[in-house]
Amino acid sequence: MGISVHCDVVSAEEKIYSGLVEMLIATGSEGELGIAPGHTPLLTALKPGPVRMIKQGGEEEVVYVSGGYLEVQPNLITLLADTAVRAHDMDEAAAEQARKEAEKALANRTGEFEYSRAAAELAEAVAQLRTIQQLRKKVR
Amino acid sequence: MAVGKEIRNQISSIKSTQKITSAMEMVAASKMRKAQDRMQKTRPYAEKMRQVIGHIAKANPEYRHPFMVDRPVKRVAYIVVSTDRGLCGGLNINLFKALVRDMRDWKNKGVETEICAIGSKGASFFRNYGGNVVAALTHLGDDPSASKLIGNVKVMLDAFEEGRIDRLFLVSNEFVNTMTQSPKVEQLLPLPESAEEDEIKNQWDYLYEPSSQPILDGLLPRYIESQVYQGVVENLACEQAARMIAMKSATDNAGNIIGELQLAYNKARQAAITQEISEIVSGATAV
Repeated sequence: MGISVHCDVVSAEEKIYSGLVEMLIATGSEGELGIAPGHTPLLTALKPGPVRMIKQGGEEEVVYVSGGYLEVQPNLITLLADTAVRAHDMDEAAAEQARKEAEKALANRTGEFEYSRAAAELAEAVAQLRTIQQLRKKVR
Repeated sequence: MAVGKEIRNQISSIKSTQKITSAMEMVAASKMRKAQDRMQKTRPYAEKMRQVIGHIAKANPEYRHPFMVDRPVKRVAYIVVSTDRGLCGGLNINLFKALVRDMRDWKNKGVETEICAIGSKGASFFRNYGGNVVAALTHLGDDPSASKLIGNVKVMLDAFEEGRIDRLFLVSNEFVNTMTQSPKVEQLLPLPESAEEDEIKNQWDYLYEPSSQPILDGLLPRYIESQVYQGVVENLACEQAARMIAMKSATDNAGNIIGELQLAYNKARQAAITQEISEIVSGATAV
C-alpha cells in the first residue's frame, strides 16, 4: 500500500468523493497533471475532461468534470468542479450526439459568439467521450 | 337554546383559523425537507471553497487581487438574505436586529453603510427603517437559481473593486436544526483568513497554472457567488423550518383557546339549564 493523501471532489450540486487517494490525474488548463502525495502547493484551472483517482489499495474511479479549479496542498487535494458526473453514470450515445451537433454547428457557423460557444460545447462533448473511453479501457 | 351564541361563533371562527394554520404547517414541513436536502447538497462545495480561499488568503501571491487588500474602512455594504413571505415567526426580525446592531457600531465609528437586499421582507423593512438600499432582488421562489443572484452580487463586487465600499458582509440565517436558526453576519470581502490550523506557515505561494492573475480573477468572484448562493439556500431551509414551528404553535394555541371557550360555553349552558329548572320548580311549588 502506497502513501496516500486526502482528496475531496465537490461539484456545485453535490459531494462526489471524499477520501484517501494515492494519485489524482486531472486535465489542467495547461495539460494533464498527476498529483501524488506531498505535492507542492498548486492552484490551477481545469479543462473539461476526465479526472482519474487511484484510491488507496489501487482501485480506480473516473469522474468527468466540465471545468473548475484544483487546489493542492501537500496534505490535501481539493477539486472544485462546476459540474461533475461519475463516469459510470454517463451516457455515451448522448455524448456522441452532442459532439456531432457541436461539429455541425461549427461547420456552418454564423457569428463569432456562436462559434466560441459551439467550440466550448465540442470540447465538452469530446472530453466526455474521452472519459467514457478511459473507463472502458479500465474495465477490460 | 339561545345561550352563548357569541361563544359558539367565536369557537367556529377559531376552528377555521386552526385548520388553515395546520395546513400551512404541513406544507412547510414538506417544503422544509426539500429545502434541507438542497442545502445539504450544496454545502460541501461552499465549505471547500471557503477552505481553499482561506488557504489563498494565507499565501503570498505575487499578484494581489483587489479582493485581498484590506483598506481603511469608510463605507461598508451588506448583502441581506431574508424571506419573501411572512408568517415565519421571528426569523426575519431577529436577523434585522442583528444587522441593525452591527450597522449602529459602524455608524458610531463614522462609517457609512449600504444594503443589498435579497428577499422582499428585507427590502421593505430597510426601506421603512431608513437604510440605504442600493439593490434589491425579490421573489426567488422555492428553487433559487444561482444565475439570478449573480447580477446583484456583481453590483457589490464592482462597487468593492471601484473602491466605493471597503467591506462586504453577508447577513443570513444559519440553519442549526429545525428548532433553532441563528442570524449571522459574515465578512466576505476583503477575504478573511481562515481560522483553522496553522500548519501552513511562513512565506509560501502556490504554483499557478497558467498564472496567478486569471486564476484568482476567476476563482474569487466564484467564491463570493457560492457563499451568497449557499446563504440563500440555507435561508430558505430556515424559512420553512421557522414557518413550520410558528404554525405549529399557532395551531396549538388555537386548540387551547378552543378548549377554554368550550369550557366557558358549557358552564354557561349548564347555568342556563339549572336556572330554568329552578324556575320551573319554584313555579310548581307556587301553584
